[in-house]
Formats: sequence, C-alpha cells, structure tokens
Amino acid sequence: MESREEPEPSRIGTSGTADSSSAIAISDASIEFTVAGKRIFKAVEKADLTVEAGEFVAIVGPTGCGKSTLLNAAAGLVRPARGTVHIFGKPLSGLNMQSGYLFQQDALMPWKTALENVAIGLEIAGTPRSAARDEARGWLARVGLAAFGERYPHMLSGGQRKRVALAQVLIRDPSIILMDEPFGPLDAQTRQIMGDLLLKLWSQNRKAVLFVTHDLEEAISLSDRVVIMSAGPAARIIGNFPIPLMRPRDIGEIKLEADFQRIHRDIWHMLKSEVMKAYSDMPAGETA
Amino acid sequence: MNRALLIAIQCSVAVIIILVWHVVSTTHVLGDPSTISFFFSTPAAVGSQIWDWVSGGTIWYHLWITLWESALAFVIGALGGILIGFWFALRPRLALVFDPYIKGANALPRVVLAPIFTLWFGLGIWSKVALGFTLVFFIVFFNVYQGVREVDRTVLSNARMLGMNDRQLLRHVYLPSALSWVFSSLHTSIGFAVVGAVVGEYLGSAAGLGYLIQQAEGMFDVAGVFAGMFVLAAFVILIDWGVTLVERRLLVWRPPSPGERQ
Repeated sequence: MESREEPEPSRIGTSGTADSSSAIAISDASIEFTVAGKRIFKAVEKADLTVEAGEFVAIVGPTGCGKSTLLNAAAGLVRPARGTVHIFGKPLSGLNMQSGYLFQQDALMPWKTALENVAIGLEIAGTPRSAARDEARGWLARVGLAAFGERYPHMLSGGQRKRVALAQVLIRDPSIILMDEPFGPLDAQTRQIMGDLLLKLWSQNRKAVLFVTHDLEEAISLSDRVVIMSAGPAARIIGNFPIPLMRPRDIGEIKLEADFQRIHRDIWHMLKSEVMKAYSDMPAGETA
Repeated sequence: MNRALLIAIQCSVAVIIILVWHVVSTTHVLGDPSTISFFFSTPAAVGSQIWDWVSGGTIWYHLWITLWESALAFVIGALGGILIGFWFALRPRLALVFDPYIKGANALPRVVLAPIFTLWFGLGIWSKVALGFTLVFFIVFFNVYQGVREVDRTVLSNARMLGMNDRQLLRHVYLPSALSWVFSSLHTSIGFAVVGAVVGEYLGSAAGLGYLIQQAEGMFDVAGVFAGMFVLAAFVILIDWGVTLVERRLLVWRPPSPGERQ
C-alpha cells in the first residue's frame, strides 16, 4: 500500500484492468430476474469489479441493493444477462469451483455434526474419511471449536455455527473466498471476534476475498479496498476506495485510530452524496 | 409433573374406568346387569378371556402373525414410497402427469380394495400386507416428495459450492432431508400398517388379532371382542413406544420442537 493520501473515488465503477492475473474480473455485467414469469427486474446494471489475487475487497451498499447478486455472479450461482465474469482469466461457466462461499444464513447440514460438516468438502473430493476428519479436527481447533466436533448445528450458538461454516469453506483451500454478509446475524461483540478471526486466518494464507456487507465500519476495518454500490433496483457501482491502513489490524482498536475515522468520514461523505444522487437519478416510484 | 406421579395418575384412570365398568355391569345401578353385560361384557370376563389366551399360548401366534404382516406392509410400503417419492420429486414433469392418479388412488377408501386383494393374493398374509402397503405407501410417498422439494435452498447452494455432484447431493442433502420427514411420520405410517393388517384379517383370514375379534363377534362373544381390542391396544402402544426409541436415536440432530420439551 502506498502513502496515506486522501482516498479518491478513483475511476468510479472500475478498479483496474481485467488481466489474467485477476482472481475475479466482472465487466459490464447486468443481472436481471424474471419476477412472476414476465416482469424483468434489473438487480445490477453495468457493473465492473476486479479482485486481485490476495486482495480483500468489501462491497458496501444499502440493504436490498444488488451486492449479494453481484457476489452470486462471481460464485456462478447467477448468470449475468449481459457482460462477462472471468476467474483467473478464464470465463466462468457453471459454478465457480475455485471459490468458497460463506452464506449469510445457516448453511450447515443440520444432520451432520460440526466435524462431519467441516470434513465433507474434502470427503466428496475423494480424501479418505479418516484423513479428512483429521484435517477437519485441525480446522475446528483453528476456529476455536476443538471441543465441539461432535455437536450438531442446533446445539451450537450462532457465532459457533459461523465458525464451523468458516472452517467448512477454508478447509477446501479455495483461491477465492466469497462472503455474503457472513456476520450479519451476529451480535456486535461476536462480529468483532469473528472479524479478528477472519483476518488472522486470512493473513496466514492470503486469498482473494470478496466480502459483502452493509456495515461501512466493518468493511473499512477488514479490507484493502471498499467498493460502494448504489441503492437498487438497477444498482451500480458508484465508488471505489483503497484503504491504506496498516496490517495486521485489530478490529476493536482500529476504529479508534484517527486514520480510520478520517477514511470513514471521507467515504461516508462520498457515499451519502452518491447514494442521494443514485436515488435522484432513478425514475420516480422506483426509490425503495 | 414428575414421571412417577404421571404414571400413577395414568394407572388410576384405568382403575377408575374398570371400576365403573365393573359396578355398572354387575349391580343394578343403571339397570339389569345381565342386559348390560350382554352388550358390554364385564371386566372379569374380559380379563379371564385374556388370561386364557395368554396362559393357553394361542394369543402369541395371532400376535406374531399381525406383527409380521404389519412389519412387511411397513417395510415394503416405506421402500416404495421413498423410491417413487424421490423419482417424482426429481422429475417434476412426471409428477405433474401422475398427480391426479396419485390423488385419486389415495382418496380411495382402502376397505373396498380388501376383497380384490383377497382374490389376488389369497387368504394368507399377503392380502393383508397389500392392504397395509396401500396405506403406508402414500404417507411415506407424500412425505418424501415434500422433503425433497423443501430442502433448504441455502443448504443446497452451500453443498453445491462445496463441490458436490448430483449423486453426492442426493446422498448428503436430499436423502437426509427426505428421511427426516419420513421419520417424523413414522408413528402415523406404522399405525396405518397395523390398521391395514387388522382390517385385512377382520375381512377374511385364518389368523391374527383381526381374525380373533371377528371370530368372537361371529359368536356374539362380547368378552372376546373386548379382550381382542384390549390386546390390540396394548400391542399398538408397545410398538409406538418402540418407534419413539428408534426416532430418538435417528433424529438426534434435530432441535427439539417446543412441544416435545419436557
């Protein structure tokens, strides 16, 4: 990261050129949904987004904008009506198998124990069961749940389930980690602890991360770059801010630093006016 | 309420009912006891009839036949329901075509099928198994169909993102989800397996609890009918208790519903 200059909304809507080294390169993507079989609802319009290998990028936007949809396009769960998605230079077809996805809702298989849930990603890929379980035990220990392997998801707290889900994703060693407001349902303290855990695990083995959140503070404290989306429908990317804060970071401490507060203020200033502009640009009746 | 107290109260309910029955059928409180005992028998007569069956050993043979028929009806019906349920749930077009036929067949009162099954399968156990099958099959079928279609979307997407292929999704996601629905309907489907067996026996057979009751009825042996009903009730309670044990073992992963909590 270069010097701590004022974060500029550099070339709104883009973030560097999409070359083959980029982990994710979404260009000019519009994503539409058919509602009730006919009406076309445009969730995302003309979005350009690049995530480099090893880069931690957060997408921030008002709740209900197309940020999760954009994430799902990177995962291959939805297909853009126009535009392209490239993963490490190759056009994405089908699901993005180089990525791991951390969902906002509970996504663990309730009929498997924590250990089985973590090990399953390796088992289905052909790792012998005992080796997969051993590896899973290591990952449960890394997320602080060594003693909880035999518990079923309903016997764990929300934060513990999230830890299991994180281990379930990371055990596969994906080159890209996609996260859809993963800590959204958790309380403030648990979010902070999970943020620290995430940064700790990520710093040991830096992957490309695309992290969706509606919480600007969370986005700044975690990421290398914050991308701002306008309110939907037809959400657009309206801002792109590098976060030149030092790593390693402590999520609790960093919020008190002057640099953090300055960046937060600047982005919020931009975000507010851009969101207002996005609202006023929309035809009447479409403002949610 | 603690367990001992609960059992004590449950037993006293039985004692009171038997006592009232005894008083009414042997004294003049509600009229002529010989008329009342002709229609309702007496606890002593029913008790001695049950004792005769148990001590003489005849009841075990009939119980065994009914149990065997119920078990066969349940296993075959459940397997059929799971297979067809899966097949239909994963082939929506097929389900659409057969929808009216499934609904029509399920709406048919099974008793009308009994004579046909007797004609096809004879008076032995298989006509009863067939009757039980028609009851169990539909319960399991509808539960599997629902279970597969209502798999949690997030769990499914997550499993896909973890790299599961179609076969692995079936094994790790669809099957457990569907089976949890089947298990939660276990009490109903096993109960219906017994109903099928007993009704089948009642309508034409040479063994089983239904046969015992039918024989007693044919001879105006009211004590025999009541004795048969009591044995049947005890039999069903025992099976239900066994199912609860199995269910607790198989569904450990499920959060207890508010009603189940003690």
